[in-house]
Amino acid sequence: MKDRFNLYRFASPAVFYPLAGALIPYFAAVAVVFGLAGLWLGMLVAPTDFQQGEGYRIIFIHVPASWMSMFIYLVMAFWAAIGLAFNTRLSGMMAQALAPTGALMAFLSLLTGALWGKPMWGAWWVWDARLTSELILLFLYIGYMALTAAIDDARRADKAGALLLLVGVVNIPIIYFSVKWWNTLHQGSSINLAKSSMATTMLWGMLLMAMCFWMYSIAVAFMRVRTIMLERERNTEWVKNLLVGGEK
Amino acid sequence: MFKIITAVVARDLRLAMRRQADIVSALFFFVIVVSLFPLGIGPEPDLLRKLAPGVLWVAALLATMLSLPRLFADDHRDGTLEQLALAPHPLGLVVTGKVIAHWLVSGLPLALVAPVLGLQFDLSREALLVLTFAILIGTPALSGIGAIGAALTLGLRGGGVLVSLLVLPLYIPVLIFGAGAVDATVTGLGGEGHLSLLAALTFASLGFAPWATAAALKIALE
Repeated sequence: MKDRFNLYRFASPAVFYPLAGALIPYFAAVAVVFGLAGLWLGMLVAPTDFQQGEGYRIIFIHVPASWMSMFIYLVMAFWAAIGLAFNTRLSGMMAQALAPTGALMAFLSLLTGALWGKPMWGAWWVWDARLTSELILLFLYIGYMALTAAIDDARRADKAGALLLLVGVVNIPIIYFSVKWWNTLHQGSSINLAKSSMATTMLWGMLLMAMCFWMYSIAVAFMRVRTIMLERERNTEWVKNLLVGGEK
Repeated sequence: MFKIITAVVARDLRLAMRRQADIVSALFFFVIVVSLFPLGIGPEPDLLRKLAPGVLWVAALLATMLSLPRLFADDHRDGTLEQLALAPHPLGLVVTGKVIAHWLVSGLPLALVAPVLGLQFDLSREALLVLTFAILIGTPALSGIGAIGAALTLGLRGGGVLVSLLVLPLYIPVLIFGAGAVDATVTGLGGEGHLSLLAALTFASLGFAPWATAAALKIALE
């Protein structure tokens, strides 16, 4: 009898553990390839901006990091919803494995933004709507990690974290628009990001870097989820078999 | 449906009245925090007038947060919460009652003392009126959103600090529109728009937050 291919089989940590392990090198390799191509295009090929000089090249890190910071939060919320709806163990583990990477991306985005802002705007930090929302996103990541870290029971940590993620994802648009309106009401927008038609090479560089960050996030999240799995399932048969098999 | 809400409100109010020190201490926290700002910044009336809305609102946020752990902790400790969860009524309605009661003992007193504190900051009569009204209609949202945080951190070590990490980022819209309403009145733009948005936030959070809180309580009680 032939087994039908069943996607739900991979929801079991025992099945997903070796699969993730096998996929990590591929995602990592693709990340390196895209990263090298993106950096080559961004740093060497893309023309110097006539207004901003060479300093603008930090956007090849900044923009992908910002995209990933938002995207990872959405992916975490997706896993949270799946976890609450179907009561799967793996979903909570995936959400927890993604959180540090998401926080890192938000932090990177703020850091590179500050480094770019100093020479361009003359200030490390301005209370611009986008900067402020990114900062709040970082706070949301930290809140999620603090909550899951404070709960000893893994199942409760998953569920409570999932609920917080869903509440957060509902709130993000509200926060974004309130910050935007607050910003426009308080001060005239002195900063104009001058969305001029971007050179095609710049766009390609940015897209390649975004792919690199994406693949990197998957690879790192898989590594982290493997450790979480081993830690949580340490009393199960498959982990024992795995460890015994590994020692031989 | 309203019976269970009023019953929970009446019960929580009765319990709160037997422990008036808790209400008063949160209120005085608010008063002290607000009074610290002129001492730290200096007594120039122009500066204080500009800072007043933000200072009062941030202090109101912190004072509300201070009283959040009490929302479910006592009931959790003596097992009442489990009985409430087992009751035939939806847990969301019970939580609605508890949120209303929490607002009556934490948000309402803040609105009542806010105009007095506003006088210390040399606010005009209209600004005081708008400030009081904004705190009156904004604090229910704080109680509602805060209930989610209180339920998520129920029975955890370091719950108080954790609540602030979870809840304060979610309070930002209330802070912006609450302080914005007063600010707009001071600058002569009129605060109606801000007040409408504030009321919208309150209704939305009173409608949705109790159900999220109920889900969080069920996770905590498992």
